[in-house]
Amino acid sequence: MTSPIQFALKNALRTGTILFVFALFGTAMLAFTHDRTEPTITRSQQAEKLALINQVLPAALYDNDLLASQQSVLPDDLLGTRQPSARWIARRGDAVTAVVLEAIAPDGYSGDIALLIGIGIDGNVTGVRVTAHRETPGLGDYIDRAKSAWIDQFADKSLTNPAPKHWKVAKDGGAFDARAGATITPRAVVKAVRNALDYFARHRAAFVAPPPAKEKIA
Amino acid sequence: MMTMNEFRSLFHNGLVKQNTGLVQLLGLCPLLAISNNIINALSLGLATTLVMAASSGAVSSVRNFVPNEIRIPVFVLIIAALVTVIDLLMNAFVHPLYLVLGIFIPLITTNCIVLARADAFASKNRPLHSVVDAVAMGLGLTMVLVVLGGIRELAGQGTLLSGIDLVFGEEAKQFVLHVLPDYQGFLLAILPPGAFIALGLLIAVNNWQKARAERRVHAAAPMPA
Repeated sequence: MTSPIQFALKNALRTGTILFVFALFGTAMLAFTHDRTEPTITRSQQAEKLALINQVLPAALYDNDLLASQQSVLPDDLLGTRQPSARWIARRGDAVTAVVLEAIAPDGYSGDIALLIGIGIDGNVTGVRVTAHRETPGLGDYIDRAKSAWIDQFADKSLTNPAPKHWKVAKDGGAFDARAGATITPRAVVKAVRNALDYFARHRAAFVAPPPAKEKIA
Repeated sequence: MMTMNEFRSLFHNGLVKQNTGLVQLLGLCPLLAISNNIINALSLGLATTLVMAASSGAVSSVRNFVPNEIRIPVFVLIIAALVTVIDLLMNAFVHPLYLVLGIFIPLITTNCIVLARADAFASKNRPLHSVVDAVAMGLGLTMVLVVLGGIRELAGQGTLLSGIDLVFGEEAKQFVLHVLPDYQGFLLAILPPGAFIALGLLIAVNNWQKARAERRVHAAAPMPA
């Protein structure tokens, strides 16, 4: 005769084993799929990153393996970053031609606006793209290139063009237009781009340094 | 095998009688989050249908091995594993679509309609019936999502099918219908409150039609003496 305790234990052991078998099977299925899809996923993520960088950096400016040139940048107030960010160094032959920086405009209408900013070695912007934002749909989201061409006006701008005091939106007496009703968003972007140019000017020497020996082969 | 009648009644159940969006009001979380335009709505609806079909089929196949007391953890495990697999497969093989739907795919796991069908139907019926039921339920949800997405997109930005290029490539951009040219936009419709209001209106229309149909049946039936 089995006591109630024995019966409960036996039952628990049985259901536990069944649950374990299902967990084991589920884990095996996930491990298998992950293993099979990982190379493809990594490839498409890199292609996606490169496509994004290509939007802020004309292809004629570089002939190196951009993704391999990625470096880590410490958090910096001028970049608006609170965590290490990435930068990519574009080269033609051995000469550095441009750099692509990740920056954050921390004072958007709804929090951080993540930016990708390309800056030529001469200090001119080659392009800017918003990579992530939570601005109001239909109102502040025109900074997104998918919604409007607003962000294109930064092309070829530099710290001296327009003059520093004109690095503002038109409403504040600056050179960059912004749509009525949504000035906080573009104001944040303009400031972030100017700060990134400032950052570049201060660290220019470090970017122009000759490439590390192992990358030259590529 | 299943008869034509069973098949029909399952579909009637999923699309009309027990419609998840309008009658059961299950799975409102993704419903409200993604129904801001037709393309998003259609894509997430079909992805959910796929997950439901796969999970209902799987749950139904193992239903005789799962003791009653641990059925919910086992079903959740099966659904979560399937969603993750679909997430990985989409990321690998339809990457552009994944970029649009990516953050919503894991949300499907939290969509209670998937678990509800697994527990209420698939755990008690044969695999074929369960898959058909799941597809019908999923399509019912997709239908409501698309209508809701269409209403919100039209009221919110005056277009239909915007974002189609994200699914079919840059050339598909010509299929975007600018129904109301130079439309100023209506923010409320795009934001989450617009989803609640539009869904409320849809439910009201559905209930009104049901009530009308019932009255007609009563009127047709001969009065008891």
